[in-house]
Amino acid sequence: MTQSWNGKKLAEAIEEFAPGATVDSNDSDTWVEVDRIHEVCEGLLKGPEFKFDLLSGVTAVDYIDHFELVYHLTSLPKNARGVIKAKCGWGRAEATVPSVTPIWRGAELQEREIYDLMGIRFEGHPNLKRIALWEGFPGHPLRKDFATYQQSLVPVEEQS
Amino acid sequence: MTVKTEPISINLGPQHPSTHGVFRFRVTFDGEEIIDVEPIFGYLHRGSEKLAEERTYQQVVTLTDRMDYVSSMLSNQAYMLAVEKLCGIEPSPRGVWLRMIAGELQRIASHLVAVGFLLQDLGSWGTPLTYVMRERESILSMFEMLCGARITNSYLRPGGVFMDAPDEFWPTLHSFLEELPHRIDELENYLTGNEIIFARTKGVAVLPPDVAVNASITGPMLRASGVDWDLRHRDPYDFYDQVEFERPLHTAGDNFARYWVRMEEMRECIKIIRQCAQKIEPGPVRPSHDEVPFLVRPPAGDAYGAIEGSKGELGFYLVSDGGISPYRCHVRAPSLINLTLLREMLIGTLMGDLFVSFGSIDLNMGEVDR
Repeated sequence: MTQSWNGKKLAEAIEEFAPGATVDSNDSDTWVEVDRIHEVCEGLLKGPEFKFDLLSGVTAVDYIDHFELVYHLTSLPKNARGVIKAKCGWGRAEATVPSVTPIWRGAELQEREIYDLMGIRFEGHPNLKRIALWEGFPGHPLRKDFATYQQSLVPVEEQS
Repeated sequence: MTVKTEPISINLGPQHPSTHGVFRFRVTFDGEEIIDVEPIFGYLHRGSEKLAEERTYQQVVTLTDRMDYVSSMLSNQAYMLAVEKLCGIEPSPRGVWLRMIAGELQRIASHLVAVGFLLQDLGSWGTPLTYVMRERESILSMFEMLCGARITNSYLRPGGVFMDAPDEFWPTLHSFLEELPHRIDELENYLTGNEIIFARTKGVAVLPPDVAVNASITGPMLRASGVDWDLRHRDPYDFYDQVEFERPLHTAGDNFARYWVRMEEMRECIKIIRQCAQKIEPGPVRPSHDEVPFLVRPPAGDAYGAIEGSKGELGFYLVSDGGISPYRCHVRAPSLINLTLLREMLIGTLMGDLFVSFGSIDLNMGEVDR
């Protein structure tokens, strides 16, 4: 059975190699400073007590006033899982965060997907291009302020 | 005398018959050798993740069918696992056994399709494909008995499945399980020892285990590189901790290993289905509508549910704000992530091996682009 890291314990362990990098934690998740994500992830990959060698997934969520990056990490030798989160782009500003592709190659296509659909730029990504949509597509569809077709329909009585 | 060659770029796809859908490569050749590959995605992008934000939790099941359309039961299962985690629903045992049977049948169907199309790409036009499609047809008929649909099943509901299996399902399942090992033997006699297949697949597009793990590659592709990682075994969801099965491993990491692992996995699926059919007991197939309402409203929070899909770790990350539809629904699509190393795998191989290596990855464009 895969063990899930307690967020608070993971935060304590991160503090040991990267003091001041964690922001908050609860029983399941750990929030880290977005600028130090590279340092934290490198420690989580190499640290003998973590050995998070497989990045299960990276995704982003739009919380209106900020974006949240979610990293699901898996350790094959330890059979453990951990969740790292980072808040960025406060006030819907242009968000640029460090890429984790140099650490885990598996992030390459997923970060391209986040850039395409959520509009977060990744610094240090080898090939940051849109993946699902074409260059020049207006906006980023997974953002909450992107109007879908249904939402863009205006009722007849309001059209006049 | 030396022959001077100059690199030439060729566009393959999106309408090429061997691209398993609508996939496009821009390949640069030096003579017959591949020197650069650029995969271009997005021809089947339907915005499923955005569409999920406008639907109720139950309606999203229909979207998951259309992601990986050759293994929709498994997509349903992964999504339901995430919903159950998010809502804290305790599933009904009979429903869980039924969805495990359906999921393993779907895995056999998906591996059959993978093997059939790999051989199609190898140039054995038609014959292996008709064999595998015959077996897949019986699986689809069983799905029709279970839920009325063949491809886009939408069979699962939060806490179980929506309908019990009809009486005629069980004899059909048993006779199918009796017959299938012989059919796999037949296919293997014809293929696994075949010298032409050896020559074309062995030692081509080798994937070392450490590189594969670093690139988040999962599923049969990772097990073909010799890494023993199967979520059914390492992190048993549903009742996988109550069934016994082996995990076929191959250490070569080449195209043949990926083919071989899939063939062997089908035999393990048969074992699992036999055990499920033995252990299943009468009872409700899902909790009553009083316990789990039709319109589920999970508490605010997030959950990540992952299963061992037919192509790798298939995960759903759901965020709820307490409403009737997911605030965010992210799919960890194994088909997309397994393509990360496509360029490295293909560089240095020959033009004729391009679609063989591509077919051995076993991807589904519906899941790559979503």
